[in-house]
Amino acid sequence: MWARTVRLGLRARLGGCRGFTFKVDPQGTGQVTAELIEHLERLALVDFGGREAVARLEKAIAFADRLRGVDTDGVEPMESVLEDRCLYLRSDNVTEGNCAEELLQNSHRVVEEYFVAPPGNISLAKLNEQEPPPRG
Amino acid sequence: MAAPMLRWGCAGRRWAFACVDGGSRHGLGARNDFTLSGMRGQSSLALQPLITAQKPRKGEHEWAAVVGLEIHAQISSNSKLFSGSQVHFAAPPNSLVSFFDASLPGTLPVLNRRCVEAAVMTGLALNCRINKKSLFDRKHYFYADLPAGYQITQQRLPIAVNGSLTYGVCLGKKRRQVITKMVRIKQIQLEQDSGKSLHDDLRSQTLIDLNRAGVGLLEVVMEPDMTCGEEAATAVRELQLILQALGTSQANMADYEIQRQINELENGGEILNETRSFDSTLGCTVPMRDKEGKQDYRFMPEPNLPPLVLYDAASLPAGADSRQVINIDYIRERLPELPSVTREKLIEQYGMLPEHSFTLLNEAGLLEFFQNVIKETRAEPKVVTSWVLNIFLGYLKQQSLAVSESPITPSALAELLTLLDHKVISSSAAKQVFEELWKSKSKTAAQIVSEKKLELMQDLEALEQLCQAIMEGHPQVVMDLKKGNLKAINKLIGLVRKATLDRADPTVIKKILEEKLSS
Repeated sequence: MWARTVRLGLRARLGGCRGFTFKVDPQGTGQVTAELIEHLERLALVDFGGREAVARLEKAIAFADRLRGVDTDGVEPMESVLEDRCLYLRSDNVTEGNCAEELLQNSHRVVEEYFVAPPGNISLAKLNEQEPPPRG
Repeated sequence: MAAPMLRWGCAGRRWAFACVDGGSRHGLGARNDFTLSGMRGQSSLALQPLITAQKPRKGEHEWAAVVGLEIHAQISSNSKLFSGSQVHFAAPPNSLVSFFDASLPGTLPVLNRRCVEAAVMTGLALNCRINKKSLFDRKHYFYADLPAGYQITQQRLPIAVNGSLTYGVCLGKKRRQVITKMVRIKQIQLEQDSGKSLHDDLRSQTLIDLNRAGVGLLEVVMEPDMTCGEEAATAVRELQLILQALGTSQANMADYEIQRQINELENGGEILNETRSFDSTLGCTVPMRDKEGKQDYRFMPEPNLPPLVLYDAASLPAGADSRQVINIDYIRERLPELPSVTREKLIEQYGMLPEHSFTLLNEAGLLEFFQNVIKETRAEPKVVTSWVLNIFLGYLKQQSLAVSESPITPSALAELLTLLDHKVISSSAAKQVFEELWKSKSKTAAQIVSEKKLELMQDLEALEQLCQAIMEGHPQVVMDLKKGNLKAINKLIGLVRKATLDRADPTVIKKILEEKLSS
């Protein structure tokens, strides 16, 4: 799976990149822009907090970038560590469910056996203005 | 193989419009949800059109609308795609939800064999290449009805690719001409459905029901080979018929949205890159808040599922557990008859026109009705076809009834057509009887015929005398005829018919009159 020789410092292309494109650092400068942080915060709903967190992210990216040093020409990418396992097929029988009461206990708010969520599609900017939603 | 069962379920729908700039195609926004109301039954087909308007070249004035479609069909199965909870459309909220569906920690997906078979069957029916190895991925976005925060789908390597769907478009003023068109199928993939959100704007909250979360979906992606809303609608209808014939899915859906977009394009309206949501009260789509920036689904391989491996007769490992392997050839051999084959057989067997075969299959239950009538009468198939498609269907449409709601049974119509075939009654009398049958549920055709004395006159001598009398009573018409105006005979026939209270066969009348005139 790994190439026999590891050449550090060379920017070899990751072999056979199918489907998942590398969007994080298009310029290859290793710097994480404020724009990118905002984008990530919106997508993943995480709060980067401050400069420290961003610096940590940059270090993490730099560390992962070292993978590019590996020569993977002609090597099939590994899709899953389970690639040699058999995918188990379940028969089409009803074996679960009917536990609404149990599941609803996990919810802070419930209305007549429905989970209650805040109204959909509120932009992140607007959310920041409001009180944080009740956690449960 | 599991017996096909027809299931219903509500599907969420999202619409996306392509940006009008050189034919680019944007991805789709996050799912928004609603319940389809005002339709018979429930919908298990959701439609996403991607309409790209290609900029006209210099000198051209017309926009070329190109329609691509993504169709989500809910798989007919007992249990969900990755869990053992039941698939059923009407149940108390959150009662058909397992721990996995609710995304509780420690739960894992377990693939449902029936869903894989459904995907293979559909792929084979659409002439696809079935990928012997396909992969599952996670597609991330946040929405209350998606408890895990991601949907398991097949983005990198779906189960079936590169197929085609052939459909027939009826052209001409009377829609008599049927032209075959083809749309390429880009891929078919297995994916999870999301739960259902009910928006309560009054209390500023959303109620979530996860009964539908995790139900298996087949996403069928069509290439933008269609040039108008009508083609798209017809292609989708054909796909629906195929899915029903396979037992893979059942569906009802409105194609008004395609038509609306086409109308807008044709009016030169600009279509913005926006996501629309369906407002069930208004009965149309309304624009949602614009998406801020592009949607990024952060696809990653599903770490809990190994690749899905399928086999054929050649590659099947010896001594394998039949419950754990899926043999594509085995499934191919047992594919049910597809609509296109059914139509060919109808044309061959009964000598009907292609457009008739389309009509028979397009109307739910009509084919079965037709076949039941054929079984019980020896009347000419062409006569049966004509009566079923023109008179029977006409009455149904007039009163907005489905075939299942018909007051006339196939046996009743068969009896009527037999009477007609044996020349017990005339064609116009038969129509009268049909009208009576439609209204009164307990009488048979024979009863109505005798009650209303609609039997054809069998006494030839009496008929001859009547013809003689009419001829003598209208010498001018007879003279006209003898002068060479052959159409005047119709007037005589009409008079005789009236005199017999329409109980004489016009062809017999004509024969008698002609004999008398020539003597």
